[in-house]
Amino acid sequence: MDAHVAQLQMQYRNYILSLYQQGFLDDQFTELKSLQDDGSPDFVAEVLSLFFDDCVKLVGNMARALDQTGTVDFCQVGANVHQLKGSSSSVGAKRVKGLCINFKELCEAKNYEGCVRCLQQVDIEYKTLKAKLQDMFNLEKQIVQAGGIVPQVDIN
Amino acid sequence: MASDGGVSCLRRSEMMSVGIGGMDSPPLDVDEVHVLAVDDSLVDRIVIERLLRITSCKVTAVDSGWRALEFLGIDNENASAELDRLKVDLIITDYCMPGMTGYELLKKIKESSSFRQVPVVIMSSENVITRIDRCLEEGAEDFLLKPVKLADVKRLRNYLTRDVKLSNGNKRKLPGDSPPLTLSPDSPGSSPPPSTLSPDSSDSSSPPLSPVEIISSQLSSPIDDEDDDVLTSSPESSPSPVRRQKMRSPGLD
Repeated sequence: MDAHVAQLQMQYRNYILSLYQQGFLDDQFTELKSLQDDGSPDFVAEVLSLFFDDCVKLVGNMARALDQTGTVDFCQVGANVHQLKGSSSSVGAKRVKGLCINFKELCEAKNYEGCVRCLQQVDIEYKTLKAKLQDMFNLEKQIVQAGGIVPQVDIN
Repeated sequence: MASDGGVSCLRRSEMMSVGIGGMDSPPLDVDEVHVLAVDDSLVDRIVIERLLRITSCKVTAVDSGWRALEFLGIDNENASAELDRLKVDLIITDYCMPGMTGYELLKKIKESSSFRQVPVVIMSSENVITRIDRCLEEGAEDFLLKPVKLADVKRLRNYLTRDVKLSNGNKRKLPGDSPPLTLSPDSPGSSPPPSTLSPDSSDSSSPPLSPVEIISSQLSSPIDDEDDDVLTSSPESSPSPVRRQKMRSPGLD
């Protein structure tokens, strides 16, 4: 096999493993990958893309809800957190989901400062994940362009 | 890519014969299982749609209970003419939705003479026993904990009307009688699917069974459910904690 391809594949494997080890992804991401095949080669990318769109929308909603001078509607914030928790769970975005769990409690406690801080963390976290996954997809592209096959990575 | 927030159907390139509202579409192939998926989250709709299509179901995905009723024609008395063409074999719905919850949708479906026999499965990200009980008592067939996995859908698929063939050594253990459904730890479907996915049960047409018939015709599982506890740990290799629900007896005594 081409040494270049092999090197890229190893890089890819290590990268994916690190994403799991650092808690960015969980087994639901593995599940999504397993749903991808030659007939739907972009499934994971599509779903993740929708997820990040969701993040933008929901974080925006939450920022607006928390930006109210006067009474903050924590139910409204909580409803958005619930949605984000749901979609992050569905794509395997482990850290984002974890933050949403905390966030939900902060909403229930009507902890304003806590919510604001948590929202900032959520914002950073989804953007970080997005960048990491973009790197992952780029590696996949490089492998394919070099004539190789994207390896299935066993994370266990 | 399905970006329509309303009805996210099959992609145009793979558009099957399912039309929205059943107006212009040709009749569905009677051998094919048609699932109506209801979820307000676009991400979840896309995922459930993929899971269902992998298990050879035709899927119509809508984003609310109201759209589901509209699609089924339950809110329209004159829709009966469409019913011959509109075969829905399973309805799978999220619980938490704005406007009409999955529970409320379930009730409306069970109140409908045309669709009350269609199995309804509820999905939820929350493991709330009272919620699960309420749904099952209202007639839900099953309750899935999100995030939904392929093994969950395969399990549904296998006890769905078209596939109930009890005597052919069906790979899946079928749910027990009155006690809760058992998970099937040793069925091939619970292992991670290979890269080329194919349904693990063969399709053939058979007369659709009502939920009552399905429940009463089921073999009892050799692996008994210990008790009435709703929460079960997944037998799969998945490291995630308790994520499955056993089906409680849906009010049948």
